[in-house]
Amino acid sequence: MTEAMAPAIEEEFQPSILVFCCNWCSYAGADLAGVSRLQYPVNVKVLRVMCSGRVDPYFILRALELGADGVLITGCEIGDCHYISGNVKAKERIERLSKLLDQIGIGSDRIRLEWIAASEGTKFAQVMEEFTDHITNLGPNPLKGSETGGG
Amino acid sequence: MDKENVKRLISDMGAHDCVECGKCTTVCPVTRFNPEFAPRLVVVKALAGEEMDLSKDSDIWICNTCEICNNMCPYEVDYSGFIRGMRGEASREGHEPDCSQGGLLHAMMRIMANSDLPQKRLDWITDELKLADKGDVFLFVGCLPQLDAIFEGRNLDLVETARSAVRIMNRMGIEPVVSPIEKCCGHDLNWAGDEKNFIKLMNHNVQVIKDSGAKTVVFPCPECMRTFDLDYQDFLGDFDFEMTHISEFLARAIEEGKLEFPENISISTTFHDSCRLGRHLGLYDEPRKVLTEIPSVELVELEKNRDAATCCGVSGFMSCNSTSKVMQMEKMQDAKRTEADVLVTPCAKCRIHLDCSTRDETPVDNDLINIPIMDFTVLVDMALRGKLQIPDAQDKEARMEDEKPE
Repeated sequence: MTEAMAPAIEEEFQPSILVFCCNWCSYAGADLAGVSRLQYPVNVKVLRVMCSGRVDPYFILRALELGADGVLITGCEIGDCHYISGNVKAKERIERLSKLLDQIGIGSDRIRLEWIAASEGTKFAQVMEEFTDHITNLGPNPLKGSETGGG
Repeated sequence: MDKENVKRLISDMGAHDCVECGKCTTVCPVTRFNPEFAPRLVVVKALAGEEMDLSKDSDIWICNTCEICNNMCPYEVDYSGFIRGMRGEASREGHEPDCSQGGLLHAMMRIMANSDLPQKRLDWITDELKLADKGDVFLFVGCLPQLDAIFEGRNLDLVETARSAVRIMNRMGIEPVVSPIEKCCGHDLNWAGDEKNFIKLMNHNVQVIKDSGAKTVVFPCPECMRTFDLDYQDFLGDFDFEMTHISEFLARAIEEGKLEFPENISISTTFHDSCRLGRHLGLYDEPRKVLTEIPSVELVELEKNRDAATCCGVSGFMSCNSTSKVMQMEKMQDAKRTEADVLVTPCAKCRIHLDCSTRDETPVDNDLINIPIMDFTVLVDMALRGKLQIPDAQDKEARMEDEKPE
């Protein structure tokens, strides 16, 4: 076992994960996780947007096209949206994009939508942990390294 | 911008022949609502050369490439071809169009071009449909399943076109080949100037068809047909398989007496000549022949029909703007004025765009535009099954009530 372990650590797959956080709930949740000194994987890169409704399906597909292994979209609970219904729209869009991802072979399990409130620092850390594990098990994005056009 | 390339474009597309008569401008659907744009000006700017860098000009992205200008030009200048060439130049310099859907469709096509992921292309097939692994006839389904996923909430059921095509062929005793590994034809990338990825898609698709051993390829989509017939053959030389749009295929079958229509309710239709089918491919008579051969179907012409037909407003999912919306409103009002029961369109994308324009708030009264839109192939299939019916008109108020968030 010891002989297998050394190279295994070297070659271990480290996914790169993009997380869209809405300004009002999830980003504050991430902040709370930070100030509470909760540990979560370093694979996630948080990108703040004003609302989960701002996340165009194109952003997600573009991230995958450019080689992100997973994309997580987080927002306020339904009913809590700062802009009333942005998260409802985000939910619809993600559902549609999931079908497209299944169809073109990337697979909808590389994206996920989660509601994380400002008070849920622990949940934020947990979700990051879970999703990173999930993507690690899925393996690298099949598009990684492929040549992509466009700007 | 590579000056040599622009020079070559100018001579290839016959831009030097432009006598600045402005006939193209008088018919351009974009100019009518956006006076700052004119096909002639684009060419004039290019001819001015040095001072004008067209690749940074938004004009080249505004054009709908509907070819109504080419049609009108007494000196046969290929304005649309010129615009496409300029887009290629612009795209090499990193300029991009404003894509509707944020560019989602173009990204999807780029992904297809650059990977061989296992696609789920054939989920639309039902048990009643008879298909073959190898055969003489290949049905090129194109992007219909993907478009259905992207526009899901709209209940357009675009793959019904593919199902209808198979059903009709089965009725004629043909079991078509459909491929799980075909990719998008690349039409939108081609017109967005992304030649590199377009060529990848082209090589793949041509190989798929050659491997299938098919002698005839049938396209339910005018854009795929145009791309294969004109663009692919431009790059690769003439193919040894025959390419035919479903309307040609059906017109021939009716002529040969292979299709018989049972009794149906009688409906009146009006036909929208999509730019790719009409002006690009010159197929005006075939769809009309099919529609008029159906005993219970009456065809009323739109005021602007055949080569003068107006546009659905958007091409290649680029530059959907206020001009497009006005064009779509005009089209829907024209269709409503004919007092036909349905507007028949051969192009799935025209259907998407025209349906989009009648959603939510519209600048004109709902009564002036609420004519249902039907796909050409679906209508023929329904008529063949004796199940012709008029779909519900787009009752905006009822739909807005349905779609209100709780």
